[in-house]
Amino acid sequence: MIWLTWRQFRVPALSVFAGLVVIGVILAITGPKLVGRTDLTDQDLLYGGTILALYVLPAVVGVFWGVPLITRELESGTHSLVWNQTVTRKRWLSTKLGVGVLAAMVAAGLLSLAVTWWASPIDAMASAGTDRPMLNRMSPVVFAARGIVPIGYAAFAFVLGVAVGIALRRTVAAMAVTLVVFAAVMLAVPFLVRPYVLPALDENVSITPTNVMGIRGNEQGVIESISVREPAGGWVLANETLDPSGNPVSPLPAFVQGCVPRPDRSAPPPDRGSIGECMARLGEHGYTQHVAYQPGYRFWPLQWLELAFFLALSTLLTWYCFRRLRQLS
Amino acid sequence: MTVLRAQGLGKRYKRKWALTGCTLEIEPGHVTGLVGPNGAGKSTLLNIASGMLQPTTGTIEVCGGVPGSGPAQLARVGYVAQNAPVYRGLTVEEHLRLGARLNPAWDDDLAHERAERIGLDPTQHAGKLSGGQRAQLALTIGIAKRPELLLFDEPVAALDPLARREFLADLMEAVAAHGLSVVMSSHLVTDLERVCDQLIVLVDSEVRIAGDVEELLATHHRLTGPRRDVDALPSDQRVISARHTDRQTTVVVRTEAPILDPTWTVSQLSLEDVVLEYMSNPVTTRPALEVLR
Repeated sequence: MIWLTWRQFRVPALSVFAGLVVIGVILAITGPKLVGRTDLTDQDLLYGGTILALYVLPAVVGVFWGVPLITRELESGTHSLVWNQTVTRKRWLSTKLGVGVLAAMVAAGLLSLAVTWWASPIDAMASAGTDRPMLNRMSPVVFAARGIVPIGYAAFAFVLGVAVGIALRRTVAAMAVTLVVFAAVMLAVPFLVRPYVLPALDENVSITPTNVMGIRGNEQGVIESISVREPAGGWVLANETLDPSGNPVSPLPAFVQGCVPRPDRSAPPPDRGSIGECMARLGEHGYTQHVAYQPGYRFWPLQWLELAFFLALSTLLTWYCFRRLRQLS
Repeated sequence: MTVLRAQGLGKRYKRKWALTGCTLEIEPGHVTGLVGPNGAGKSTLLNIASGMLQPTTGTIEVCGGVPGSGPAQLARVGYVAQNAPVYRGLTVEEHLRLGARLNPAWDDDLAHERAERIGLDPTQHAGKLSGGQRAQLALTIGIAKRPELLLFDEPVAALDPLARREFLADLMEAVAAHGLSVVMSSHLVTDLERVCDQLIVLVDSEVRIAGDVEELLATHHRLTGPRRDVDALPSDQRVISARHTDRQTTVVVRTEAPILDPTWTVSQLSLEDVVLEYMSNPVTTRPALEVLR
């Protein structure tokens, strides 16, 4: 059974691993040059490319490894050949799923390892300071492309592809549905799951002339919100102004609206000190700033929890696959 | 001892029944032909017997076990589905290797000897084989697996007459050599006539008639004579069909006894005639059901 699995799987598997080798070589050449540099940004093409690669890999695994596993057999009728040898369907699917999931996890693990190593100087810099607008490894986009979570995504995408294939029995339709569902899950998890698996840390900060980092207004020039200096290396979930009774306010009260200079292209940028003094009046009136965040030291706990979450989803889908297997014909 | 026993077997797809209340028994050591019009439930029956499908109602026992219930049962039953599906991307040799890897009882010498005799090029990809060669490859895998019962769904439907004849002759040889029981379906009686010694006619998932081919041929007669009422026939002559013209009556009867009435002109029917009589006269043949089994 292992031989047959390998014989059918080797072309798609080798294609993906060949792609990984190419990425690995590029990273190995460029990686050492990043060490010790201080002018790193997150706007780099290669930096964006590595993150993209880690999102694309699970999708490719689900669509091109997972989906055809069953649908190709059903469409060509070969399932009736292979399921009538002295191998039960359960064993057939166990072997195929086992080999596929393992290969998917290894591929994602290797790519994530390489990218995490390659980007470590950038990540370290992003986590150290808060003055540069760089995405640190706790920010949702980067978090999913570091550490061990890609392993969970790949396993999930593969089993998802198989399950959708079993449900729909048509390769092309199943590929499209797998892609849409996978993208939806990848979008939903940072919003609906990851912020809540561990309770966020809350801080109430007094608004001082020096810690206001951002002012956001609308098109009419009404100031809607301000943000204060955020903890380094964390993932900020809320940065909002509370009135003296503790309710979030937006837009800001009238006594602030008047004292902030309006942006003017012809005039030089306004003096930072005057803005600071203006904002400090918020503090005098009893306003505080509420910051909720996942601190940087929770990177690994959150990675493990998310890996476990996706492995649990994969297990659920695997159960569904085996349940539906008897009814296939 | 039966090799296949079905009791009230039924299969429903969504709302449509593909097979209803099918009850039949097949003896071991025979080549049994399963014949019937398209949509009679032949493929569904064979799919259930191989374990590919789960019946909706009824029970089925194949080689003493429940189809598809485990490796031991899978080893006992070989199944070649319609159009003899093979992996297009795998070579002939790889198919034989697949058989060897997936079947503990695999007879590798037999498989290779057969492939060579048929003229299958081991290095050729199965996708490039002709329909006949594909069927031969599927048959080779089925036989080399060494099952007790081999199920064939329309094995020759896609073959030209020459390939058909060769395939069937080859199948017969293999059956004789290995003592297999074979059940094969077809909607063409002429195919089955050459190889089958037992015949089951399935119409609307009901067994219209089942029995030994020789016996069916010997006991069915076409009687032609002056016009008369068929109710007046002797009680041991079961009327399968009757046709009247102004002056003449033609009846097909089934009887073990010789036809004694001299006013009849008695002629023999071919197997195809017998089958067609049963297929096209569903009402009058109902009583024939209980005659055989």
